Amino acid sequence: MTELKERHEITLTVNGETVTRTVEARQHLVDFLRNELQLTGSHLGCEHGVCGACTVRLDGEIVRGCLTLAVQADGAAVETIEGVTETGEIADLQETFVERNALQCGFCTPGMLLTAAELLNAGKPATRAEIRTHLSGNYCRCTGYHAIVDAIETTNNKRLGTK
Amino acid sequence: MKAPRFLYVRVASLVEALEVLAEYGDEASVLAGGQSLMPTLNMRLSSPKVLVDINRIDDLKGISLDGNMVRVGALSRHADVMTSPIVVEHLPLIAQAYPFVAHAAVRNRGTFGGSVALADPASEMPACVLALNATLVLDSKAGGRRNVAASDYFKGLYETERRDDELLIEARIPIKAAGEVSAFGELSRRHGDFALAGVAMHGTVANGVITGLRPVYFGSEDRPVLGVATAAAVEGKGATEETFAAVNVALGNDLDPLSNFHADAATRLQLARVLTKRALTSMVNGGGVV
Repeated sequence: MTELKERHEITLTVNGETVTRTVEARQHLVDFLRNELQLTGSHLGCEHGVCGACTVRLDGEIVRGCLTLAVQADGAAVETIEGVTETGEIADLQETFVERNALQCGFCTPGMLLTAAELLNAGKPATRAEIRTHLSGNYCRCTGYHAIVDAIETTNNKRLGTK
Repeated sequence: MKAPRFLYVRVASLVEALEVLAEYGDEASVLAGGQSLMPTLNMRLSSPKVLVDINRIDDLKGISLDGNMVRVGALSRHADVMTSPIVVEHLPLIAQAYPFVAHAAVRNRGTFGGSVALADPASEMPACVLALNATLVLDSKAGGRRNVAASDYFKGLYETERRDDELLIEARIPIKAAGEVSAFGELSRRHGDFALAGVAMHGTVANGVITGLRPVYFGSEDRPVLGVATAAAVEGKGATEETFAAVNVALGNDLDPLSNFHADAATRLQLARVLTKRALTSMVNGGGVV
């Protein structure tokens, strides 16, 4: 059991680098990433779990960064859009987003890319309806989604060698 | 917005969790997946003194087949329950309902037990455990373990049989027996949003005749509601226009939906009737999502 208190020292890896900080228990993961680590790719839209702009990976799975406390990530591996961009894991997806105009203002894009990456990593064919269902937790107010679905569908088909 | 200040403790075992709950009672909130608790904190709708993080209690995770029931550990993530082969094979109602539970990122984090413990009236899992006649296991330092039938568990809006010093640790859900069928339907503004109306039903079907139906309505009142009159109207009947007419009357007796800005009571009752007709039709054809 940790001590019952308001400030906790946490050690975690963020994009592969180990960091140790003392955080307030009430600080959520995205405020921690943005304010303590200056990783500003993860965005805060609604801050109550609806919009998906805060999507990050926690131990390999996408989660709402605004609904996860930084202190809960103690001992965990966090990946952000900065990390997956640097590794090149989704370079093809990012290129296709640009080709298809799948972003305008870009606010939702980091969350969209990480959410799409989870679908792509499943390595299975996905219909446009399935892609839309998988993206249903991420708001975009610019594109009308069509171009985003185009980009994900194209990338998935390319990766599977079906087109 | 930002959450108010609170004290945080991460417990490593069930015993530790029950210790903290025994000491702080209603001043403590249990943090499981956090997918409902964190929004209420961020919007400052709640301000507990203590947050008890139970996420590292591995004993509370896991899904297993135990005789004629499935045991679902309270801390099992939605995504894990949804894809569990045991659930898909033995609890078709829960497998049918899961695609309607929020979104992928929320299901990765949110827990089965958290959803049942919170008892949101628009939530799917409380309705499913009630329709399937599940038993919920509560534990506390003072009183030890006790089993509560799902039909006795849901008391009102976010009010349940669970005392402040108790933790929901497991659901024990009877498996689908031969001849039993499930159907599930939900209407919402956007996929994954809270239900405007929903029904989870389970019963026996033989030669097109339905018996022992348990239709549970969610997104209607302050808690999931078992449609007792509706079940009586369907007993021994098939999915015919005559049955639907009787069900439409019975549902008016079973339900007294709440109005809010998403939908008023009359709309919700009408949607419940539409969903029930679809679900009964599905039941006699093997069941499924309607």
